[in-house]
Amino acid sequence: MTPARGAADPSPLARKRARKRPGPDWLRAYERMLKIRLFEDRVNDLYQRGRMPGLAHLSSGEEAVAVGVCLGLRDDDYITSTHRGHGHCLAKGAAVDRMFAELLGKAAGYCGGKGGSMHIADQERGNLGANAIVGGSMGIATGAALSSKQRGTDQVAVCFFGDGALGQGLLYEVMNMAALWRLPVLYVCENNLYGEYTPGTETIAGEALARPRAFGIPAAEVDGQDVRAVHAATGEAIDRARAGGGPSFLWCNTYRYSGHHVGDVDRAYYRERDEERLWREERDPLALARAWLIGDGLTTPATLDQVHAAVTVEVDAGVAFALEADYPDPSKVDADVYA
Amino acid sequence: MSTPDAGARELTMAQAIREALAEEMRRDPAVFILGEDVAEAGTPFKVLSGLVEEFGTDRVIDTPISEAGFTGIGVGAAMTGRRPVVDIMFGDFLGLVMDQLANQAAKAHYMSGGKLRVPLTVRTTLGATRRSAAQHSQSLHAWVSHIPGLKVALPSTPADAKGLLKAAIRDDSPVVIFEDKMNYQQRGLVPAGDYTVPLGVADVKRPGRDITVIATSSMVELALAAAAQLGPEGIECEVIDPRTTVPLDAATLVASAQRTTRAIVVDEGHRRYGVGAEIAATVAEGAFFHLDAPVRRLGALDVPVPFSPALEDLTVPTVDQLVVAVRELCDRA
Ligand SMILES: Cc1ncc(C[n+]2csc(CCOP(=O)(O)OP(=O)(O)O)c2C)c(N)n1
Ligand SMILES: [Mg+2]
Repeated sequence: MTPARGAADPSPLARKRARKRPGPDWLRAYERMLKIRLFEDRVNDLYQRGRMPGLAHLSSGEEAVAVGVCLGLRDDDYITSTHRGHGHCLAKGAAVDRMFAELLGKAAGYCGGKGGSMHIADQERGNLGANAIVGGSMGIATGAALSSKQRGTDQVAVCFFGDGALGQGLLYEVMNMAALWRLPVLYVCENNLYGEYTPGTETIAGEALARPRAFGIPAAEVDGQDVRAVHAATGEAIDRARAGGGPSFLWCNTYRYSGHHVGDVDRAYYRERDEERLWREERDPLALARAWLIGDGLTTPATLDQVHAAVTVEVDAGVAFALEADYPDPSKVDADVYA
Repeated sequence: MSTPDAGARELTMAQAIREALAEEMRRDPAVFILGEDVAEAGTPFKVLSGLVEEFGTDRVIDTPISEAGFTGIGVGAAMTGRRPVVDIMFGDFLGLVMDQLANQAAKAHYMSGGKLRVPLTVRTTLGATRRSAAQHSQSLHAWVSHIPGLKVALPSTPADAKGLLKAAIRDDSPVVIFEDKMNYQQRGLVPAGDYTVPLGVADVKRPGRDITVIATSSMVELALAAAAQLGPEGIECEVIDPRTTVPLDAATLVASAQRTTRAIVVDEGHRRYGVGAEIAATVAEGAFFHLDAPVRRLGALDVPVPFSPALEDLTVPTVDQLVVAVRELCDRA
């Protein structure tokens, strides 16, 4: 099986605009993607060793979407994230040690251990939180956009969600209002072809992109494995939003390498090994980036190896920090119910 | 916190609510209103008439009929520096909004370890007998009272309606306010000047020594009518309005019941698993060794609200029912 939807290169116009903008630090983008990959590997490892309470949804394979989008954002721009949110959080600049601590339910975690994998929020970097309700944060992102507009700032809000979330009516309610009120919000759908164990072909009728377009929202389909393409498409949308041009919608074709969550190991009943192999071997966002970074002379294999070593050290230190960190004091159980 | 009566004016509850909103919107540019037909129409109950003329359509925003959507937008705006007042036309529509309230607004502060704040106010209605049938008559305050993270207020007078709403808007937690739609034209004295009614402080609406009658929202009026009838019989009712179900001023309710040795709760929600049940249990636990009778509850009949007046009137607590129940509790049946 090949990717279900054609992976489009960025339009010539998008490439031209992208060239005009000060170019992003691609090596940094690569580093962020690698950080997500290694982070998720360690999460899986912690789960398998019985060191992590509960489950986690890994985003390995989808790194270019999170990083490509967040590369174009400022620290004070907002994002809302999903149950598969580690990548968004890292891409927005969160620290691995505090993230691991949160995943292990430790006091030093981003939420003092009260949120866990599915609820990490990092408000200092505009991350208004991951969300365990599929589609649950669409209102929040749209409201943050209304807020920036009312406050007269040029902050934008990005709402990440999966293809499965197209089934939530909330999306159509808030896209309607975002279009009516020209809100600076970008709806980013990570189409990884499945919602849990059901392929999108069974759950999405008609053309997905026709849905935002019906509200007059510009919508683009992007190769979610190519961080440059994601960045270019995001840049257009963000420029438009900042300039008062209203919302946009990005449909990013991507793939999650592992199961729906860390415990989803036997997947043969809903997708084929060959499909997984194809994406890993031919569409890997890190391998693709590595190839053009070197091919275009932007870096050398030796530099990338150094990046790999540095990120490995950072991630391993983060795990060690989290394992040693203290659990929250029992007195915290009823703190922060009310502000 | 209320100011002396000097300068108090008689206002309807609708006028008091409008005044609260206007004052808060003047005081704080972060306050805005979001809901269906809130601007030029001023809502179907005309509670908000005149606000859009003063504050414009950027701050009194008419929405599409998308309760979940605009409540979610309210949550996000609240998280990012605004103080939205979301208008849910009928309490019955809470079903459409529940994920945004119970899973998003209520939990963001706790789940984020206290970092995110959601200073959101949701105004909605409760109350039957408007001949509006099963989907426009419910009193669903128990639903939200059950969710930690939400505060819940139910004013019974114009003065409380104003003070509670102002306190809600200034509160950094999400607050849901239920107004009895039958009470919008009810008149009462409203203090002059800027005041709030703190959330979590009950009000003794009538002192009495023989029995504690705990009543919410429009049931307060009913309780006062019953008390007036029972006084000449030698039964002095202490009528207390908790004003907020969350936080609940348990101390005031329990202390009163300990003193009077008898208590009854009147609340218009369904009796089963309701606010009345929770308050009754709180009083029973706190005052058990002082009580001379079991704590009783009056609530809405556990049926959907029927349309026909002949049937609907059978589903809500009445003055007569309360009078009979109080006499029984006081061994005067
Ligand atoms: C409202 C709601 N319904 C169902 C679930 C259970 N659930 C968790 S993730 C998921 C699949 C979501 O699919 P998608 O949006 O495509 O995201 P992906 O997991 O593929 O990243 C489901 C059904 C949920 N968390 N919330
Ligand atoms: Mg999916």
